[in-house]
Amino acid sequence: MKAVDGVSFDLRPGERLGLVGESGSGKSTMALALMRLHKPPARIAGGKVLLDGVGDVMKLDDDGLRRIRLDRLALVPQGAMNSLNPVMRIRDQLADGIRTHKPGDSRDDLAERIQAQLARVGLDAEVGGKFPHELSGGMKQRVAIAIGTSLSPSVIIADEPTSALDVVVQRQVMETLRSVQEELGAAVLIVGHDMGLMAQIADRMGVMYAGKLVELAPVHDLFTNPQHPYTRLLIESVPTLMAKRALASIPGAPPTLINVPPGCPFHPRCPSAFEPCDSEVPLPTAQNGRVVSCHLYPGEAA
Amino acid sequence: MTAFLEMANVSKVFSAGIIRRQHTVAVDDVTMTIDEQSPSILAVAGESGSGKTTLARLLLGVIPPSSGEVIYRGQPVDDLSREQRRTYLREIQPIFQDPFESYNPFYKVDHVLTVPAQKFQLAATKQETTRLIHEALDMVGLQPAETLGRFPHQLSGGQRQRVMVARAMLLRPRLIVADEPVSMVDASLRATILESIRRMKQELGISVVYITHDLTTAYQIADNILVMYKGSVVEAGSVEQVIRDPKHPYTQLLVSSIPQPDPSLPWGAEGEIAGDPESMEVAATGCKFVDRCPAAFEPCAGQRPLLFHEHLSRAAACFQYDKSPALEGQNLDVVFEPQLTSQAAGGSEGPAAN
Ligand SMILES: Nc1ncnc2c1ncn2[C@@H]1O[C@H](COP(=O)(O)OP(=O)(O)OP(=O)(O)O)[C@@H](O)[C@H]1O
Ligand SMILES: Nc1ncnc2c1ncn2[C@@H]1O[C@H](COP(=O)(O)OP(=O)(O)O)[C@@H](O)[C@H]1O
Ligand code: SF4
Ligand code: SF4
Ligand SMILES: [Mg+2]
Ligand SMILES: [Mg+2]
Repeated sequence: MKAVDGVSFDLRPGERLGLVGESGSGKSTMALALMRLHKPPARIAGGKVLLDGVGDVMKLDDDGLRRIRLDRLALVPQGAMNSLNPVMRIRDQLADGIRTHKPGDSRDDLAERIQAQLARVGLDAEVGGKFPHELSGGMKQRVAIAIGTSLSPSVIIADEPTSALDVVVQRQVMETLRSVQEELGAAVLIVGHDMGLMAQIADRMGVMYAGKLVELAPVHDLFTNPQHPYTRLLIESVPTLMAKRALASIPGAPPTLINVPPGCPFHPRCPSAFEPCDSEVPLPTAQNGRVVSCHLYPGEAA
Repeated sequence: MTAFLEMANVSKVFSAGIIRRQHTVAVDDVTMTIDEQSPSILAVAGESGSGKTTLARLLLGVIPPSSGEVIYRGQPVDDLSREQRRTYLREIQPIFQDPFESYNPFYKVDHVLTVPAQKFQLAATKQETTRLIHEALDMVGLQPAETLGRFPHQLSGGQRQRVMVARAMLLRPRLIVADEPVSMVDASLRATILESIRRMKQELGISVVYITHDLTTAYQIADNILVMYKGSVVEAGSVEQVIRDPKHPYTQLLVSSIPQPDPSLPWGAEGEIAGDPESMEVAATGCKFVDRCPAAFEPCAGQRPLLFHEHLSRAAACFQYDKSPALEGQNLDVVFEPQLTSQAAGGSEGPAAN
């Protein structure tokens, strides 16, 4: 089965690209694939991840990979806050990542770097001396982000970086991510499902469905004029404080990746489906800086 | 008639640090009742570290209160007999924040469903157990054939969470304590899960404590809400009052921090004072929110505000409302809907039961 299938996009320096999609649509799989961190039996059947100054990440050997992770490409995995080592102090967990990449650093340098890194994510220095179980969920997630960005990477992939955080902290963490990014000129790929958050943070946004990227557009265009029917329904399903109504969900179940429908994978649930949809796979077409994969938009091939 | 579950002046203090002993008041003097006759959905909101999970763990009997009592069917939870405790553990089911923590990575996901089914003897036969499990999975929108037989890491975060919701439903509890059950899933799925939680209340009469930091979904599914800040209840009442027209400056900050799905709208409030929302350092006296409050005035630093009964279905712990009477015994029951006093079966429903 294919969890992610033929996804192409570019990530520009200094850009924040948001990637949304239903649960199980393959967002995390893609984030891991970018880092080549996927676990067997998953494998990458083809494709390239081109990183400036490194070349194709897919072709690196293990050693080369280890070197670019953290240093160039950093991942803050989904649920990162729960993968902290429960028996290790926060400062030692931060030191681990830094030490393997900067073995020459003195103890003082290291301590200073850890302190700066904690401050960067808005945590008190004393948090360094604590164990994960002594921290709230939000604090742990900030530690995870601190670990991920400790070596000033040029690409930060954050998988649901704030989905377990409250709105106030979420905004602060996102602002931290933004300031770290601006400082480094790094590109950020934010994987998530919160449309509100994406609207506020992303420059461009990609929408995934059944392992495929179905729409990619500047964030403003995507919200004011969504083109793919799935994007449209996704935006409509966002609850607001305006009116109390039944929570709208997209009718039908998302396809399992074992059993992706023929033609357009969205056709069994699509209110606009027409003749070609159940047999022909729509190809991505480009128009006005956006890419859409839907038979309603027979534009130029992207 | 004894109430199903009560919290009577419940506090929980954690102590940390061996040399410099630090005390964190994770839950500070909460009094309320969860009733069986009139099932309702109570949202518990607040930033991380405000004590929501601790409140949940107190209700579930996972940790004992430092002071005050959690009372199950008239009996303090500490004093339950073995048999009573067993019923208590079935009648109150948790759904945790991170579904991954609830799984053993070496067992297939079936394990989390079959074990409680056997432990609480839900069905006489194996076929019956299987049928119940399939039914529960259906209710949360999972296809049994594609869920059972897999290992936890083979499911996505959202799929794992729905299995946990199915597990909770399987046991037909009286109360579900759901700690951030949808923080890991997308909007469409979130709607599916929350609708199934709402159905539990409406069709099965199960009450729900819905812990969240997402005021939008709290507004959509809950009848009442309790907003916590550093362990204290700062505002409580019906969702219409508290979320649509927040009175406490902290609730106002929460509402204005909701990211709107429209890139042209601003994110955040004017005149907000930055502060470390997660530091649990609190002055010994005064309002806990004083260092971040844009409305702070003279009395705020000197004394801790009581919960004032500002509106029929709302109380706010803020000196701006001290013209209103303080809540009697700081007991939240009077501001929640439906009122516990009107216990006529099928009586007045809360505003959310439309
Ligand atoms: N190791 C694995 N073995 C088999 N199937 C897997 C494995 N990891 C993921 N999958 C499947 O691949 C699909 C995509 O999973 P992925 O974790 O990428 O989804 P996601 O979009 O990140 O979802 P969520 O929003 O819930 O995190 C799911 O159907 C999942 O069950
Ligand atoms: N087992 C524990 N030991 C020490 N402190 C704890 C423990 N559990 C929670 N705390 C502290 O109690 C406070 C409230 O935490 P928690 O209930 O998890 O908040 P929330 O669920 O609202 O994020 C936090 O300051 C946290 O660090
Ligand atoms: S290709 Fe057809 S089925 Fe697919 S989204 Fe477009 S209109 Fe709907
Ligand atoms: S009591 Fe004073 S400091 Fe506290 S919330 Fe009210 S106005 Fe602000
Ligand atoms: Mg994921
Ligand atoms: Mg919590």
